[in-house]
Amino acid sequence: MQVIEIDKLSYTYSGNLVLDNISFSISEGDLLGMIGPNGAGKTTLFSCMLGLLGGYSGTIKIFGQDIKKDAKALKSIGYIPQRKSIEQNFPATVEEIVSLGITSGKISKDKINTALDTVGLLEQKDRRVGEMSGGQQQRVLISKAIVNDPKLLILDEPATGIDLESQNKFYALLKKLNQEKKITIIWASHDLDAVNRIASSVACINRSMFFHGKTHEFFENPDLLRAYSESSMQAHMHMHDHDHGAM
Amino acid sequence: MVLEVLELGFMQRALIAGVAIAITTSVIGLFLVLRRNSLFGDALSHVAFGGIAVGLVANVYPLWTGIAFSVLGALGITKLRRSAKIPADATVAVLLASGLALGLLLFSLSGQLFNIYSYLFGSILVVSMEDTLAILAMAGAILAIVILLYRQLLYVTFDEEQAKVSGLPISKLNYLFVVLASVAVIVSMRLVGILLVSALIVIPNITALLLGKGFKKTALISVGISIFSVVTGIAVSYAANLPPAATIVIVSIVMLLATLAAKYSSKRQMEEKLEVARS
Repeated sequence: MQVIEIDKLSYTYSGNLVLDNISFSISEGDLLGMIGPNGAGKTTLFSCMLGLLGGYSGTIKIFGQDIKKDAKALKSIGYIPQRKSIEQNFPATVEEIVSLGITSGKISKDKINTALDTVGLLEQKDRRVGEMSGGQQQRVLISKAIVNDPKLLILDEPATGIDLESQNKFYALLKKLNQEKKITIIWASHDLDAVNRIASSVACINRSMFFHGKTHEFFENPDLLRAYSESSMQAHMHMHDHDHGAM
Repeated sequence: MVLEVLELGFMQRALIAGVAIAITTSVIGLFLVLRRNSLFGDALSHVAFGGIAVGLVANVYPLWTGIAFSVLGALGITKLRRSAKIPADATVAVLLASGLALGLLLFSLSGQLFNIYSYLFGSILVVSMEDTLAILAMAGAILAIVILLYRQLLYVTFDEEQAKVSGLPISKLNYLFVVLASVAVIVSMRLVGILLVSALIVIPNITALLLGKGFKKTALISVGISIFSVVTGIAVSYAANLPPAATIVIVSIVMLLATLAAKYSSKRQMEEKLEVARS
């Protein structure tokens, strides 16, 4: 079964083509690593898929439903955004934050405890979320995202800015959610080594779709890897020039 | 002596209205503080001041015109912030200055300048039965809505983007919240006046944030601190013939300083114990 089908998706912002004619699909049970240089359009693509951005051309179907016509399918998505540090004085406990993920029906303590147990934070449910480390906060957000039993999890560079040990725990957790809980996962990352280790497939975008296929097909192809490195370098230099231009 | 004072009608009205205001401002204030919008209440109170002046000139119950101006101002600024991308602090400054200027102008033109002190600094001890009932009704409505929408408001305060993805109507919730904040500010003007409203919104919540673990617990602590400050402030001001608004704010500041001192002392003790354990 196709969880996501994207067909000829294009998005323009302030006259700039941010996404150019992107088409791909994701099957149930996939763990897709989404890679691409900074400014490649990964976050924009996710925003379109999550219904946060309209005004695109093409179609996005989630579980067979065109999200422009029927947004119900969006409720079966768990989402973890790019890491933002939570204010230290934010008073909500871990349990209170996880409970926010239950958007309909009664708040079930069992569901919250199960979600916290999955990410290894059950013992810390009464702690203030603002006082936790970056890695722990990301696990709290995963717990919130999975408490409603989503069929699809979208993560936007979730491990950026957290320490190596927490990153490895985080990747192990993604693998566990995919294999044990059977959640389809799309995960944007700059960590090629981690993508190579745990993703079952890879999508590489740089405004348009550069590659989409099995993980080993990408990482065992020196031409693709070289082309990816060159495009990343160009994007980096473009941003660098832009920064200096702005000064 | 205390019982005799409590039998006085004006004191009963002051305490009832004061406690209702304390609960409302601390609950709304917690969301404002966590959204980094602490001065929004200040700006709204200044706009309400302009609205009250319009009511006095037009011979309409000033509380209603104050609410109308405050709500319209809050909605307008929220819209402006979203569409024109004007920095948040600049919108607050514009709102604050224009409300105060309009108010001063109209108070002067209407020959009501003698009345201005009670709006600038509050006049809880002369609150009428009509005012008390209006305050109770508005405070009750605000609390009922916040309790009903508590989880949604918390989610939007925690992370607006994630709340939107989960299907919450963010714009509607934000507009509703600014309306609630506007009404809460108007309600509290009777107690502390436009110049000290933000103190009532912010200080009990900062103190509660130092103490509370959990959003609900923090809200309850803030409500407790706020009620204590208002009741003690009214009592002390009556006994010592001091201005009630200033006394209430000073009591809440003393509580904040005492909490900071207690936290510092407990941290020092903890560090000393650790040093002893290490050596």
